[in-house]
Amino acid sequence: MRPSKLKKEPYSIIISGVGGQGNVLLSGFIGAALVNEGFVVSVADTFGVSQRGGSVSSHIKISERTLYSSVTLKGKADVLIGMEPVEALRTLVEFGNHNTITIVNPRPVYPTGGVAYPDLDEVKRTIEKMSSQTKYVSATEEALKMGNPIYSNVILLGAIVGADILPLSKESFMPLLEERFPGKMLDTNLRAFNKGMELIAGA
Amino acid sequence: MANIAVNRPGSTVLLMGNEAVARGALEAGVGVAAAYPGSPTSEVIPALAEVAEEMNMYVEWSSNEKVATEVAAGASFAGIRSFGVMKQNGANVAADFIVNLNMTGIGSAGMVIFISDDPGGGTSNNEQDSRTISKWIDNPLMEPSSAQEAKEMIKWAFEVSEAVNLLTFVRGVGRISYTRSNVVLGELPGKAKPKPFFPEIWDMNNPRKSKFTSGPFSVFHKPLHEKIEKAREIFESSSFNQYMGPEKPDLLIITCGACTSYCIEGVDELKMSERVGILKLGTTWPLPEKLVARHLSSTRKVLFVEEMDPFVEGSVMELAAGLLPATANLTFFGARSGHLTPYNELSTDIVINALEDILGITYQPRDSAYEDLAEEGAKLVPDRPINMCPGCPHRASFWAIKNAIQLDGRNGFLCGDIGCYSMGFAAPGFFQSRTMHAMGSGTGVASGLGKLGRFGFDQPVLSICGDSTFYHAVMPALVNGVYNDSNFTLLIVDNSATAMTGFQPHPGTGQLATGEPATIVDMEAVCRAMGASVEICDPFDLKETIGVLLRKMQEGGGPKVVIMRHMCQLVKAKRKIPPSYKMHVDGSKCLADNCGCNRLCTRLFACPGLMLDSETGKAAIDDALCVGCGLCSEICPAHAIVKEEANR
Repeated sequence: MRPSKLKKEPYSIIISGVGGQGNVLLSGFIGAALVNEGFVVSVADTFGVSQRGGSVSSHIKISERTLYSSVTLKGKADVLIGMEPVEALRTLVEFGNHNTITIVNPRPVYPTGGVAYPDLDEVKRTIEKMSSQTKYVSATEEALKMGNPIYSNVILLGAIVGADILPLSKESFMPLLEERFPGKMLDTNLRAFNKGMELIAGA
Repeated sequence: MANIAVNRPGSTVLLMGNEAVARGALEAGVGVAAAYPGSPTSEVIPALAEVAEEMNMYVEWSSNEKVATEVAAGASFAGIRSFGVMKQNGANVAADFIVNLNMTGIGSAGMVIFISDDPGGGTSNNEQDSRTISKWIDNPLMEPSSAQEAKEMIKWAFEVSEAVNLLTFVRGVGRISYTRSNVVLGELPGKAKPKPFFPEIWDMNNPRKSKFTSGPFSVFHKPLHEKIEKAREIFESSSFNQYMGPEKPDLLIITCGACTSYCIEGVDELKMSERVGILKLGTTWPLPEKLVARHLSSTRKVLFVEEMDPFVEGSVMELAAGLLPATANLTFFGARSGHLTPYNELSTDIVINALEDILGITYQPRDSAYEDLAEEGAKLVPDRPINMCPGCPHRASFWAIKNAIQLDGRNGFLCGDIGCYSMGFAAPGFFQSRTMHAMGSGTGVASGLGKLGRFGFDQPVLSICGDSTFYHAVMPALVNGVYNDSNFTLLIVDNSATAMTGFQPHPGTGQLATGEPATIVDMEAVCRAMGASVEICDPFDLKETIGVLLRKMQEGGGPKVVIMRHMCQLVKAKRKIPPSYKMHVDGSKCLADNCGCNRLCTRLFACPGLMLDSETGKAAIDDALCVGCGLCSEICPAHAIVKEEANR
């Protein structure tokens, strides 16, 4: 299947979350799939000590012709994948605009050290106001049902592919999933991927 | 991690900058690579180690960066291309050797070091600009602007190194090392390497190549300056230096490295490509002066865009001063003029701001209605402080340290060091570390403090280090303490990994960089052989650990070592070791704000696996994060946190 053209040149995607949630795994899958489909991509992940429970994000800039700097310009995110609600809002504050499409995993990760978490409903309402479309994918809850929160990022990957915001199909990811999850792991991860596609279809 | 030895020249793959650097070394036919882990460069050696066997290379984790550089130099002396890798702090450790290596020159085979600096300090405790080292020791320096260019530059750096007989630096930054982007693969050379041979001393045709002794410097210093001038000539025509823009730009940007794409993108975003030209320098020391002088004569305004020190800015302004009066009409902008900063990471947005000011234009990325929404949204967003991982043994160690110091009651304190436990200076380590500088410095500083008794100093002194740091730079400090009979206690928090940088093996783990078994350098035996007393405890046994620390603080005499040993939770997860306990909170016992504990578990102890249930106001376990270490059950004064043996 030929990839469709990009909706914009360059096209900017941000995946934000909390250190340990697996944003780097997601951005790696998406980046590799895009390169395989002939796009020029640049992926910047938060590195360093923030990986330890701090706010983290991966910026993916996609082009059909040239290599751009990896970090998104202020207010220029086309798509936001929020692995955590407050982190989704934090990203919109800096990089969002009226046309940003947002997908959020609504389960909070509480900051440590007695920092209060804001009212979740208010956070969600604000995200919706700051996005052109907002879809919720309960990735963590579904992953816990599958027995391990680790599956939440592959569930989200399925949701991203199902949301039709990338010039990529499920087929683009199959070889990557097969390589990353050998043997029995593949089945469970494919179930997680399909679950994500299913959730976004109903969102 | 990508397999970097894929032999498909011309194909395009997604590689992290550090992987592209490793691929460049493969394409250059490197025979020996050595490093000590240090982010932002930690991924280079693992990428090479993974393919060492199939590519016929020797790849090692060295005990520190100076040794790594010496290991690589040895190979170069014997005719094997060699490669060193280090972060900016590592360059300081290696510098003592490097300043002398430049006097002797390298061997017949090239030697390249990849240094990655850390503007913004994401993985570091300093923001040093390592480029200055090239200037003070006179060796060639290049700065790649992308992963692709990093690969090509590493290859070319070997040619330059051999052409001028000098160690050559390729300098990245975190953003280059960690960005993943398209890389077109080149040819891999054959696996055969030249037979190493250390040159005979009587090779009279080539006396300098048969001896690598840095004295007498009267013989070697003059040739060094000839070599660096030769490098300048080579750099004048390098295709890594490029100009993009009009023939006579209103403004000339001179940039290098990661900033190149910020400039291209910024000029593009402002639609200023007809007014602004960009001179991108890939070779930044020695400066290709003729090339730069030509471009200076084409404009009246120059903006320097580079991160941290005004390094290129300084070199170009020196050049311009020498070209007076031809350059008298030039105005310079950059870190000196305050349009950019000599600290922090730059970005396209920052470059755009500088251009707005210099060109007298305005740029608004989004409308004011959205800015208002963003302002409201920002008020809702709380800080998210960094923390140690759920169940981290360092949290247990710092809890024990804090309690032991309080129980001792004589204002004891801890000298900190570099690793995950660096967080000991902040909330995750209960603010216990009171000094923090270089690898091993905590123990050196403690060794000095431990000698102040003659002046009436009576506070107990503790120092801390990780297992990998112990081998890197703590050993000499401990020797010093034993030799000089200094009174302090060294705590080695041994979590069986170089956890901060990605779980690389070290001399205590029994594993080589390539995964093969290694001789274990037993830290306990090493400490005892040095003459220090040693006790070992498990920090998860809080009561015993606190008791040991109290006892050690009260003992007199020379250095005492306590090894606090418990495996890193991430290593446990990697090895699929199941959790020890299943945790839950007994809601009838947790009294929340009526307890008087002031929410000790979530506010102070603050393991990410614990949370405050906003509905009940009581503590709860976050099942998505808790790793079942069981420690929190011991710190709850109401015994409300319950641990049950997990079903394994």
